[in-house]
Amino acid sequence: MTELTRQTPTLPSARLVRRARPSRRRRASRGLVAALYPAVFLALVVVAWFLVTATEMVEPYIIPSPADTWAAFTDYPDYLWEHTLVTTRETLAGFAIAALVGVLVAVLMVYSSTLEKTFYPLILFAQVIPKIAIAPLFVVWLGFGTSPKILVAVLMAFFPVVISGISGLRSVDPELLELTSTMGASPVKTFLKVRLPAALPELLSGLKVAATLAVTGAVVGEFVGANSGLGYVILQANGNIDTAMLFAALIIMSLLGVLLFAVIQVAEMFLIPWHASRRNRG
Amino acid sequence: MAAETVDGAARGAGAPSDAPMVDIRGLDVTFHSKGRTVHALSGIDLAIEPGEFLTIAGPSGCGKSTLLRVIAGLTEATAGEVTLRGTPVEGARRDVGFVFQRAALLDWRNARGNILFQAEMRGLPRAWARERADALMEMTGLTGFENAMPYELSGGMQQRVSLCRALLHEPDVLLMDEPFGALDALTRENMNVELRRIWEATGMTVVLVTHSVAEAVYLASRAIVMGPRPGRIIEEFPIDLPGHREYEPTLESPEFRRVSGRVRELLGSAAHAE
Repeated sequence: MTELTRQTPTLPSARLVRRARPSRRRRASRGLVAALYPAVFLALVVVAWFLVTATEMVEPYIIPSPADTWAAFTDYPDYLWEHTLVTTRETLAGFAIAALVGVLVAVLMVYSSTLEKTFYPLILFAQVIPKIAIAPLFVVWLGFGTSPKILVAVLMAFFPVVISGISGLRSVDPELLELTSTMGASPVKTFLKVRLPAALPELLSGLKVAATLAVTGAVVGEFVGANSGLGYVILQANGNIDTAMLFAALIIMSLLGVLLFAVIQVAEMFLIPWHASRRNRG
Repeated sequence: MAAETVDGAARGAGAPSDAPMVDIRGLDVTFHSKGRTVHALSGIDLAIEPGEFLTIAGPSGCGKSTLLRVIAGLTEATAGEVTLRGTPVEGARRDVGFVFQRAALLDWRNARGNILFQAEMRGLPRAWARERADALMEMTGLTGFENAMPYELSGGMQQRVSLCRALLHEPDVLLMDEPFGALDALTRENMNVELRRIWEATGMTVVLVTHSVAEAVYLASRAIVMGPRPGRIIEEFPIDLPGHREYEPTLESPEFRRVSGRVRELLGSAAHAE
């Protein structure tokens, strides 16, 4: 009906502002510089740690020396590796379930106000219950296997996923939704092409928090009743006043959390390169 | 193929060629919020002819945006009849193109991707859509910016992308809600000239809401002035200016000055009436 005539613009396109994207190499070097700050600080902490133990200001069973802690790694590599794998499995399973169920619940709540009114207060209430306090109950219900540990990890990680999912899905521009309603697209299409991408930045922030909480959840589950995993290693080391081993387990736990966090950070680079939080770095 | 892009059934059904594109009779819109009732529009009668460029000017709160939203089916009429191309407006209409004051682009897609979004949501043929998107980008001066992300574009360029998106599916009516309100004066003038040129080239029906008197008179083949509380049409002006309008000569012409002077007067008294 309407004939589109090809025509060159009569006016020079005014105000063609285009900001240059930083090159990949520059971004990479920036990332290295950014890593330098915490690395220097960490080195200082280790030096202070060394000095405190070398001058024998405190007893070795209170704070072991860096060398003793390192020895714990080198003397019992198989032992630590075996228990690390157990905790890693529990953490990953807990995180995956929390992420899937959390996103699903967030979607249901955003699309149904009845569901939200019913379950949001309950989820909030469940979040307030200290997970550590109910962990023994899970052992009673589920036994000493991996499932109670996974369950505690799920419960810890679930909440930030739901909250960030809901607020992310709500953050979509209402005018954009009105626009899609004039396009006659199905709700599924609108969800996949508009709502979900718009929710990703907040959702990924929630997942980063959830990742670190999942590690905590798994270890807490192990504290309550386990014969394997880093939580078990910590309890054993504590019983033997083997503080060096305890430190070693703590370091592995932290690394596990940091690693999961970093994986999601990398995923962000690919999933939301357009988002301000990624563009304004450095 | 291009003609099939808008649902063919509605196009053929009961829309004689001399019928108005948009027909509004006795339109009333009231909103209820927090126990208060706001009478947004009252007794609106308006027929918009095919190929017309209608501008609606009025002070803020006069319901001009609501009127536009009612035509698109985004806001429901409380009373009265609204038909678009002969079919009653019930729910959001697919046969319109809508441009908001903010470009409302998808942050994660480049300029071309944002324009093709329209085609993807409607399930239009991919190759056809791509070709048309390229032609539209050329027409609106976006050539060279096809792959630019929204955050790399200035406000004026973003609004051009939004305009291309609204035109992609060849809608019969282009509805624009203060599309250039957020732009600086110079960009705004350029966009006015380009929009006018696009309208001349396509012959489509355009309804544009604005609070700028110059914009309302320069662009229009007919201008409507609305007043607030309740929103109603105060007066309408057929604009007796040449079809092709150079910007500055038009603004200096006696007819432009006469009409815009009168519109400004009406807007002034409408504002004082508050």
